[in-house]
Amino acid sequence: MDSAAIQVRDLFKSYGPVEAVRGVSFEVDRGEVFGLLGPNGAGKTTTVEILEGYRHRSAGDVTVLGHDPAERRRELQQRIGIVLQSSGFYKYVTVREAVEHFGKAYERPRDAAETIRLVGLEEKADARTKSLSGGQRRRLDLALALVGDPELIFLDEPTTGFDPAARRTAWGVVRALKELGKTVLLTTHYLDEAQELADRVAIVKEGRIVAEGPPDRLGPASSRYRVSYISDGGRVEHQTDDPTELLHRLTRDALAAGERLEGLEVTRPTLEEVYLELTAEGDST
Amino acid sequence: MSAVALAWEQFRFERKLFWRNPSAAFFNFVLPLLLLVLIATAFSSESDELEVLIPGIAGMGVLATTFTALSFNLTMLRDEGVLKRIRGTPMPAGAYLAGFIGSATMNAVLQVTMVVVIGNVIYGVDWPQDPMLLIGFTLLGVVCFAALGVAFSHLIPNEESAPAYTNAIFLPLIFISGVFYSADDLPEALKAIAEALPLKHLIDGLSAAMVGGGDTGTAALVVGAWAVLALFLAARFFRWE
Repeated sequence: MDSAAIQVRDLFKSYGPVEAVRGVSFEVDRGEVFGLLGPNGAGKTTTVEILEGYRHRSAGDVTVLGHDPAERRRELQQRIGIVLQSSGFYKYVTVREAVEHFGKAYERPRDAAETIRLVGLEEKADARTKSLSGGQRRRLDLALALVGDPELIFLDEPTTGFDPAARRTAWGVVRALKELGKTVLLTTHYLDEAQELADRVAIVKEGRIVAEGPPDRLGPASSRYRVSYISDGGRVEHQTDDPTELLHRLTRDALAAGERLEGLEVTRPTLEEVYLELTAEGDST
Repeated sequence: MSAVALAWEQFRFERKLFWRNPSAAFFNFVLPLLLLVLIATAFSSESDELEVLIPGIAGMGVLATTFTALSFNLTMLRDEGVLKRIRGTPMPAGAYLAGFIGSATMNAVLQVTMVVVIGNVIYGVDWPQDPMLLIGFTLLGVVCFAALGVAFSHLIPNEESAPAYTNAIFLPLIFISGVFYSADDLPEALKAIAEALPLKHLIDGLSAAMVGGGDTGTAALVVGAWAVLALFLAARFFRWE
């Protein structure tokens, strides 16, 4: 049980002459929320759909909960939950009926009412699926993925098109899943979403992973701390690899001169800056 | 739950969906019966004309409830991503399709039964001469046209064009296959086309079972051959997304 939930090594996938995934490797530990972050067309969805068993890889090794997903074992499908980027519902049933029906395929389904509560759709439980708003439909997607009480949940762009309040709700559900000890693989092109939810993030660009790590420590070796303060009405900024030494020097000089370092800030590059730097056009590091 | 139990659950679920969808219920049940009553009342007071019309409408009912309904619904479910969602669950593919196609089979059986009952009760046509043969041809027709419906859905590009595609087959086919009048009265060229296709032979078989006569061997052979071909095409080209 201590092996990783997902292991991907040297994964390749081509569609004819187009190489969508070109040598991706990563691991997701059990209980971890892992984010694949990247622009549209970077190969995130292709990677996830290989892990979900929808597509066959061209090359590489993939293990999901100890299984090769390409074999499409029922045993594996019992233990995973999938939220696709877009998928339809049966139109003429209620939320409750849909959740109950999908639960039947699982050996140990979560109670339908509890599942609906988990995603915050209680008020719509007896509404027909076609009457739901976009955000409510996405929550039903989540309910249908969670009704089997899966260990591992794939979320492919779960909040695209959400208003801010709906995003907060969805984030709350992901955090609740983490507290339940579930493993989550999330793809997103929203930086704040990755920063907010993921324990670790991999930035994907043109079918390759260009950076990987916890969101607050992610970045190329070149990224530096920035130390700034206000002096003579203007902000002075220094960049450094060693903020301890710099701060010591700055505060010592300031104390000696009897000055205050107004508005002192020490910042690391945000995930956004790292992301923009790594995914910039023409840069193929 | 076993695969058989899941197929049964899917079947029950599909029945619920069917009755909640007003247009499906109308086109599958009301329209063929309406045509039967209208045509019988307007044109076919003679009993020999009714003996052509009733097996014809029964054959059309099999076509509408299986071929048309399945190709249309599968296209819609595929286009909207419902099939892909199901593919991501532990629901076995065979159990899902068995429930889905079983529901269409149920509609075909109900339809043929209603046509027979209306023919007898309202128009005084005799009860079928050979009920076992009627059941046999109905089921053979269901297998053939259900498989053709699944196979045909592979050719339909999207949900919006599904009605046009299915009607492009359905309407000409019912006109040349002897649904409303004997196919023997058609020009030679149309007759040759109808002879090569399965609906005319299904109606011949249903007619033999209901009113007697006809070459049941040829009818069974042609419908059976189409069924084998259609099953192969349906399985070979099935797509979930």
